[in-house]
Amino acid sequence: MSPPGLPASFPWLSVLIFSPLAAAVVVAVLRRERAVRWWTLAATLAVAAAAVPVLVGFDPGTPAFQFVEDRPWIPPLGLRYTLGVDGLSLVLVLLTVGILPLCVLASWRYITTRVREFMIGLLVMETAMVGVFCALDFVLFFLFWEAMLIPMALLIGVWGGPRKVYAALKFFIYTMAGSVFLLAAIIALYRQAGTWDLRALMGRELPLAFQVWVFLAFFLSFAIKVPMVPFHTWLPAAHVEAPTAGSVILASVLLKMGTYGFLRLSLPITPDATRLLAPHLCWLSVAAIVYGGLTALAQSDLKKLVAYSSVGHMGFATLGIFTLTRAGIEGAVLQMINHGITTGALFICVGLLYERLHTRELAAAAGVGRQVPVFAGFFGVFALSSMAFPGTNSFIGEFLALAGAFQFSLPVALAAVPGVVLAAAYMLRMLQRVAYGGPQNPDHTGVGDLNLREVLTLAPLLGLVFWIGLQPGPLVRLFAASVGHLLEQTAAGAPPLAAAP
Amino acid sequence: MDHPADLRLLGALLAPLLGAGLVMATGRRPNLREACSLAAALTLFALTASLVPDVLAGRALRCPVFELLPGLRVALRADAMSLLFAVAASFLWGLTVFYSAGYMRGLREHAQTRFNVCFALALFGAVGCAFADNLLTLYLFYEVVSVSTYPLVAHHQDAEGYEGGRKYLTYLTATAKGLVLPAMILIYVLTGSLDFADNLRSGILPADLSQGLVVGLYVACLLGFAKNGVMPLHHWLPGAMVAPTPVSALLHAVAVVKVGVFSTARVMLYVFGVDRMAAANLGLPTAYFVSFTILAASVIALSQDNLKLRLAYSTVSQLSYILLGVALLTPAAIQGGLLHIANHAFAKITLFFCAGAIYVATHKKNISEMSGLGRAMPFTFGAFALASLSMIGAPPVGGFVSKWYLLHGALDAGTGLILGVLLASTLLNAAYFAPVVYQAFFGRAGAAGAPRAHASEPLAESHPVMLAMVVPLCVTAVISVLLGFYPDLFLNLTRRLFP
Repeated sequence: MSPPGLPASFPWLSVLIFSPLAAAVVVAVLRRERAVRWWTLAATLAVAAAAVPVLVGFDPGTPAFQFVEDRPWIPPLGLRYTLGVDGLSLVLVLLTVGILPLCVLASWRYITTRVREFMIGLLVMETAMVGVFCALDFVLFFLFWEAMLIPMALLIGVWGGPRKVYAALKFFIYTMAGSVFLLAAIIALYRQAGTWDLRALMGRELPLAFQVWVFLAFFLSFAIKVPMVPFHTWLPAAHVEAPTAGSVILASVLLKMGTYGFLRLSLPITPDATRLLAPHLCWLSVAAIVYGGLTALAQSDLKKLVAYSSVGHMGFATLGIFTLTRAGIEGAVLQMINHGITTGALFICVGLLYERLHTRELAAAAGVGRQVPVFAGFFGVFALSSMAFPGTNSFIGEFLALAGAFQFSLPVALAAVPGVVLAAAYMLRMLQRVAYGGPQNPDHTGVGDLNLREVLTLAPLLGLVFWIGLQPGPLVRLFAASVGHLLEQTAAGAPPLAAAP
Repeated sequence: MDHPADLRLLGALLAPLLGAGLVMATGRRPNLREACSLAAALTLFALTASLVPDVLAGRALRCPVFELLPGLRVALRADAMSLLFAVAASFLWGLTVFYSAGYMRGLREHAQTRFNVCFALALFGAVGCAFADNLLTLYLFYEVVSVSTYPLVAHHQDAEGYEGGRKYLTYLTATAKGLVLPAMILIYVLTGSLDFADNLRSGILPADLSQGLVVGLYVACLLGFAKNGVMPLHHWLPGAMVAPTPVSALLHAVAVVKVGVFSTARVMLYVFGVDRMAAANLGLPTAYFVSFTILAASVIALSQDNLKLRLAYSTVSQLSYILLGVALLTPAAIQGGLLHIANHAFAKITLFFCAGAIYVATHKKNISEMSGLGRAMPFTFGAFALASLSMIGAPPVGGFVSKWYLLHGALDAGTGLILGVLLASTLLNAAYFAPVVYQAFFGRAGAAGAPRAHASEPLAESHPVMLAMVVPLCVTAVISVLLGFYPDLFLNLTRRLFP
């Protein structure tokens, strides 16, 4: 399935994974900061371009893994270097390589100290994140999974705000704790099934009690990553302290690791346990949706507001997944992509505001929109997208996730509805204050509007907001077959809608 | 449902959107900017009017725009019901451009470009609702209207403006997101489609739906489209009166509120359908429910001294006429209700135009201060009197026709109580409009409120600023009278609803 001109066995995925690492090595020897920035931008753009052949060569008609690379790695332990993408991982790979150049652009002026180290951190993160989405060997998966941890903690801990060490430590400990359970589950699975190969583990009939234990271990690890209530408390701290690019990576990609883990591992490897526990997880997701919304409504710090809104938005993703319906899971995947686009953009916007006003307080930013109309326009579109305004990207994802919830159970769906209203409430409150509200603030005189670099940072995301909002068909077709296959593996036909309660 | 796409529909939808863009681009030159608004309004009206002969000839016009996912489409249609609303709204937009130029310049309002952009965007939303071919499209444009009108309501950007705007957004988005959206998703889950039915009888819901679910969906839609002003979710409308008067006139008497009733009626007739409404016994309870709004809002209007607030409560009451007609489910009542969309539009916009003209001329907002003003502003108060007659439903003014059909329909439905409601509300309408006119023409100038000496001389109606307002309001007043003599255009459209 490789494009013409290159041998079919060309290792596209390895190129995607390791070229950022190679670029990081070059960064290490570059002297001037200017060169470092331009080189990193060029490298991330090149990686994004290298994803195009994968997209073009990908056959969306089959749920099978494609671009598979399979080599012995550590033969005595039975470990293999196995890579491959299906529809689910492909869209997340695309999201990751697409968002990285924007992170570099967003750090252009924001990061002034240790620029080289920062850029190396970003590139190492890219390698690890793409690696997680492509790995088909469980140990390889875990390796990349752990490789994300330290660069991210450093991005927060070195370039973060006043409480950066606290936030970095909290992030580290939470995620590390989750990883321990993941590792335990991996080892238990190997002892039970005798293979590290994810494809072989899927569809293996495991005893229910064993499945439940594995599922719970997976759950702890992934629920911390998503994060699901009540494992979310590391998130606001990390987001508030992280530099803009760190927040963007965290929101756009790292949170997706949790939901990706559910989809890639929990559902196909422990299908019986998933079906058994799905109703509880649906309710937990509803709790996250409502809790995230209520908490976001109470925030006066813009970054915290967006961070808590993430908790609610990711709640829709987990809700969609655990309805175990086609609409729900398709909605969940869309929600993952859309959250990556919209929340990433919102964090960039908050960062731009911070560069100008040196505060993230909502009250201090009130009415700044009058000075910076272009910024206000971008910010307005992303805020509307975040509240799932019809015609924008998030609408269709939330629509499908809720449609899945309605198929699953009427009470669950109705309980999630207040979350939708709350999303509108906190986003409109923020937008109204920033773009419109408040008396003329003397601190805002002379605040400059967006420059070309900043417009270029946000413009691609703006395009995606409307493109996915109005034409989600091509995107959904990429992963529809994989979702169908996943549902077969989980072996749960859509249960009929419970008629009136 | 294979019809060739009719691009006039798309053109009509895009005209206000392009207009908004042009207005923004020409913001520095006010006359050119107003010309762009006018050009957009005229284009919209011309395109809409060109659809009328086709619809009268019984053709259904459709135009798909986007296919989101199977069963989820953004698509447009023009039928009798959409044209009733679209023709009236687009025509009145053109007049409002003149009026608001006079009003905004007369008062030297700030941010006039933003004002005009949002105005055009609101019309974009209203036209989209009128031409929506399915529930998703309707919902999309309904939300466009909510968001684009917020800056208009909070235009003055003072505490009062923010308070009104906050209330406005809270009521409208909370109901749309909290009630309409889940209802829509549930309908999609149940039927796999959100397309409106082809006629108003059958609806689109599956036959074996439980009564509880039908009632739940119905209540969510009736209350969820809160722009329809049905009590108890009507508070946003009086709150929105802090907006400049052109907004109150075109948006809160025509475009926005009619989007509310139009959407509600559309869902009642084309999602539930007359047969399902009757079978599930939803019609009469709805009629009684909105009757309460008709009477209660009229009583509240009686007690308002602020002219715009009195008009706002009158709007709340009159909007429920439309829903009452549809809920009675008899052909005559449905005709009367939908006819009232147009008749009420022309009359109520006149009344608001008058209120704004009075404010620009004299800076008076309260009815008690307007004593004797009629002699200084004869055209304005003359138009006010004519439009009041239409509100009251006195023959031969436009409002009489719709009220006639409503009464007729109420008799068909065999409910004497509704008949009583209509008669009582007529009396109440007279009770809150007649004194305004009477005081203006026959009251002693300065009887109450004792205006300051230098403010006592109102701006003459022949002043250029006033002329831009007085001419449009006379035109709308004359039209609302003509609608009583020649009701055929809109009546023929309503007849097309019944195949």
